[in-house]
Amino acid sequence: MPFAIENLDGVAKRLIYSAQEYTLFCGQAIRNLFRKPHYWGDIMTQADLIGVGSLPIVVLTGFFTGGVLALQSAASLAQFGAQSQTGRFVSLSMIRELAPVLTGLMVSGRNASGMASELGSMVVTEQIDAMRALGTDPMKKLVTPRMLATVVMLFLLTIVSDTLGTAGGAFVSVFMSAQNGTQYFTSAYQALVYSDIVQGLTKPLFFGFIISTVGCFFGMQTTGGTQGVGRSTTQAVVVSSVLIIVSDFIISRIMLWIFPGF
Amino acid sequence: MATYTQLDLTKTANAVLDPVVIFDNVSLRFDGPPVLENVSFQIAPGETRILLGPAGVGKSVLMKLANGLLKPDSGYVYLFGQEITGMPEEELLDLRLRTGMVFQESALFDSLTVRDNVGYQLMERGVAVVEVDERVREALRFVELEHTYDMLPASLSGGMRRRVAIARAIIDQPSLLLYDSPTGGLDPVTSTTIVELIVKERDVYQTPALLVTHRLQDAFTLATHRFDGEQGKMVPLPHGQTNANTTFLVLHQGKVVFDGTTEGLVASQDPFLKEFLA
Repeated sequence: MPFAIENLDGVAKRLIYSAQEYTLFCGQAIRNLFRKPHYWGDIMTQADLIGVGSLPIVVLTGFFTGGVLALQSAASLAQFGAQSQTGRFVSLSMIRELAPVLTGLMVSGRNASGMASELGSMVVTEQIDAMRALGTDPMKKLVTPRMLATVVMLFLLTIVSDTLGTAGGAFVSVFMSAQNGTQYFTSAYQALVYSDIVQGLTKPLFFGFIISTVGCFFGMQTTGGTQGVGRSTTQAVVVSSVLIIVSDFIISRIMLWIFPGF
Repeated sequence: MATYTQLDLTKTANAVLDPVVIFDNVSLRFDGPPVLENVSFQIAPGETRILLGPAGVGKSVLMKLANGLLKPDSGYVYLFGQEITGMPEEELLDLRLRTGMVFQESALFDSLTVRDNVGYQLMERGVAVVEVDERVREALRFVELEHTYDMLPASLSGGMRRRVAIARAIIDQPSLLLYDSPTGGLDPVTSTTIVELIVKERDVYQTPALLVTHRLQDAFTLATHRFDGEQGKMVPLPHGQTNANTTFLVLHQGKVVFDGTTEGLVASQDPFLKEFLA
């Protein structure tokens, strides 16, 4: 067999094997939600680390994204005499798409890497084996709390980002584009329908699941010492970011199918 | 070399002095040549087995097979009379509660204090805080590190970390102790302190143990010393005597090349053993 094909064959097998392992890993993490013991203390700790810890970057990202949307759209909308629709444009863009995706990417960069490096370090220093030797299931103790905490906190962080994004747009519209604040908020509010909120708040549930499971998966699969930890960390961020973008497309498509004409 | 059939094992499972661990024709390979090939041995109650062999021969792998952290490709491993090779992880976790393991690099949880590391198993079981405190202090007293109670592992020396790891392993009075190179990378004085603790655990509590080392000096110190409770320290046995419950296994190229007493090991004419012991 030619070298290139043999190589391709190997890569394909590794990819399928990894996908299989990841699926089993996710299945186990979900199953553990319904099995004792439940580590509520660890869930709260992770919620604090992931949610409260990510708040500053989410606030900044949300506010300035809303601001830049208002800045860029105001000029274009003014050409059609529709500058009054800036609020509508900003709120729809933020709530449907940008807030969940950008918050997901920010949290992924911060926490998927953190989970992969933390668990990876524990693997290479045999702390995971020690945990198993002490009769504790690392999946229950380490993975499931991170998964639950990320899903819940990303949901809440997305709401924060939605709010701050709309506020950022308002700030730019009122103070830089000399628009009327009431008009901005009225158009922003009136533009939104139930399906926009559903779409915007469904996505972070999936993104949170992706971030935590990918981060933990790469961490738990770490081999090769400190170099391996670095590799796992990079892979976790890259894979979770790509999966967020891909799943965003898929979820959007499904939402358009569920809520036709929105 | 002893071999075991499943029929024999069923019989022995009902006997009073069941072997604590039995390896029955265990083989394992990762990528490349086999790490372990048809390895068979057992650990009797109260027995300390010292596993010797050159670096990279599969000693640590064998140790992890003993409590099911790894699964063999073929053969059977019996722990406390139960066959663990096909046992689900959930059941293995319960069985492992009866074992204590000291890892090569201590494997202390670096984000937890010494108190939380040592008392981890008890806290996981939901033991009352007062009792955890008391038993942690008792275990730390055993390894003479009570003053490290509130410290983090990062602020301990390598030798102290091993002693904390020993305290963590013995806190729940396990029925089997697994020591993976407990003196590896330590200076001779600290190594002797660790060996003394192992001798103390062996002679005071008679806990069966499997100890991996490539340091012959430590292995022979274990075989030729006892813990004197009155003096509170390790003392040598009379000249020419060895501890009858401390026996040797030697691994070479994935196989057990020696399984027997200290005297048998020293008298062996096997060229590899002679070279290894030289």
